[in-house]
Amino acid sequence: MKFTWFNLMPWPHLPDDFRETHRSVWVDIPSSLYDPKKGHVVYNTYLDQLEYAESLGFDGIGVNEHHANAYGLMPSPNIMAAALARRTSKAALVVLGNSIALYNPPIRVAEEFAMLDVISGGRLVAGFPVGTSMDTNYAYGQIPALTRDKYNEAHELIIRAWKEDKPFSFNGRYTQLRYANCWPKPIQAPRPPVFIPGGGSIETYDFCIENEYSYSYLSFTGYKRAQLLMDGFWNRVDEMGADKSPYRAGFAQTICVAETDAEAKELYAEHVSYFFNRCLHVYPGYADAPGYRTVKTIKKGALSQFTRSSLGTLGKLTWEELVADGHIIAGSPETVVRQMRELITGLKVGNIFCLLHIGNMPDEKTRLSTRLFAEEVMPKLRNMWPEWKADERFWIHPLETPLATSIPLAAMGEAAQ
Amino acid sequence: MTTLTCQNRMLEIGNGRAPVEVWEAGEGTPLVFLHGAGGLMPNDRFLQALAAKFHVHAPLLPGYGNSEGEDELRDMLDTTLHTGDVIDALGLVKPALVGHSMGGMMAAELASLAPNDVEHLALIAPAGLWLDAHPIDDLFAKLPFELPALLFHDVALGEQLMTAGLDLDDPDFLAEFLITSARRLGMAGKLLFPIPDRGLSRRLHRIKAKTLILWGESDRLIEPVYGEVFAAAIANSKLQILPEAGHLVTHEKPGQVVDAIAAMFGAA
Repeated sequence: MKFTWFNLMPWPHLPDDFRETHRSVWVDIPSSLYDPKKGHVVYNTYLDQLEYAESLGFDGIGVNEHHANAYGLMPSPNIMAAALARRTSKAALVVLGNSIALYNPPIRVAEEFAMLDVISGGRLVAGFPVGTSMDTNYAYGQIPALTRDKYNEAHELIIRAWKEDKPFSFNGRYTQLRYANCWPKPIQAPRPPVFIPGGGSIETYDFCIENEYSYSYLSFTGYKRAQLLMDGFWNRVDEMGADKSPYRAGFAQTICVAETDAEAKELYAEHVSYFFNRCLHVYPGYADAPGYRTVKTIKKGALSQFTRSSLGTLGKLTWEELVADGHIIAGSPETVVRQMRELITGLKVGNIFCLLHIGNMPDEKTRLSTRLFAEEVMPKLRNMWPEWKADERFWIHPLETPLATSIPLAAMGEAAQ
Repeated sequence: MTTLTCQNRMLEIGNGRAPVEVWEAGEGTPLVFLHGAGGLMPNDRFLQALAAKFHVHAPLLPGYGNSEGEDELRDMLDTTLHTGDVIDALGLVKPALVGHSMGGMMAAELASLAPNDVEHLALIAPAGLWLDAHPIDDLFAKLPFELPALLFHDVALGEQLMTAGLDLDDPDFLAEFLITSARRLGMAGKLLFPIPDRGLSRRLHRIKAKTLILWGESDRLIEPVYGEVFAAAIANSKLQILPEAGHLVTHEKPGQVVDAIAAMFGAA
């Protein structure tokens, strides 16, 4: 199993009456609610937590990209990953990811990801999301019906830019480059492992299976609701005749660990409520721009998790209901181990994106939950897929002797020799 | 008003492209109507009124109804050329050209691109321009129940026309609704998203047609002030504002709209 400690980086200072006074946490939320001085503390606390997660033995630390969003304060995940690259030495830097249709020209992604891979000594996991409709269409103005076409073209350019060892011409519909020429190149050749966040479109299943990318389901509704969708993925793996390595897939899960079940509720319930009631308060008109999803996908009934019916009710559920329905995995280490086993065997996933910081959770609680997960949960789940232990296709291949980044400058010349 | 018999047919436009669905009815002067982002309504009352005075051809844009091939139309130029090809395929020479909202934008684009092919033009609350002082609301972020108040002067009439038979709680209906909406507005988004301006203001001066610009006085989507800008840019044009009508002036005041067009174009 591979565990990635993921921070969405929510703004923890949304007012108590946010739901009543604002229609959306995303797209048209006024930036007067953001206070840069508090933001200084927030960013640095979150980055510290990611570094702390590495020190506890998490396999990866994860960041992602959102725009005009108060629950995801990383318009540029690469800046966060760069900060982490210099202060960590073992964990995979899981950038999940860059919305490649938004970069102009998209070879920028090939360059920046290569920079991150080189600085970190080959620790980058490269994520290529299409991006949500809120981000891609409403906040970044991409035409919904052309978004996927643009994404596919950007993907082709990036992968080719990493592979080619001399300049080439790229004549795309959206990007034309006479001299496509990626300097630097990534350490992980021909490319770092690629993760694709997906939400149930069959095109994305096929895309991942064909290219040997890991399918990452980033849901906020928990593992029980994810069963149908992940079954669809594994059926497709079967149909296409691919092997069933669990590392072909990953799942994001909100997790709270305390000494006892009762303590988990006492410590974390208010922060879970903040997340479901304020952070996920999205105006349904922004959930799915018409044309963003293909007709084929709509026919399959795979709608955005931000539509009113799927998320609107979560904020009203009690702690016990949230736990019982698997929206959150919470409780003592024993309880969490049991539920995590259910998740891992049910969804057949090898990657877990652990959402251990939740909503407006303060630092000390985040660290407690994180430490208990690392020390008392993770070891019991480590070897759940012994037969796939040697499968290294979907994970990083760092340098065996990376340069220590914390050594003084004066010693650098010596170390390089 | 009696309901005219009309027929929808599939029109071949050649070069391996998907055929286009065309609504056709009426007699007399040939007229091509280009619909807005919402498409045609069932038993479209505006087209019925228009067909009482003209021989109306209303092609459905790819993405609407049985017209397919929308993936081949990626931008304004693709769409404008497509409109010209459809008129050719209909066998019409210089028909009167009428467009509403997005269709008005398409008609104005064609008349700008091919000024010698369009002699009579009616633009009804056309899209295509942007004034910072009068931003046009985001049609693509609206929920169905928000539309009548945005598009109609008489909101009750709007609710009746737009939500008749709509049951969004029925999952089968909802799926069908979402597919229809994704196809239509997916195509419309290539012309209108995120800002409905594809540079028309730089081309309007090329229009030679005798042009009627019609607006509903209480249009809340595209305010009537836009009519003044169109009128100022098109040499041989007249702006007419109809009271007590919103953006869907075609459905609120069909008779008055048709009368204004007939008066301008000289039909009986």
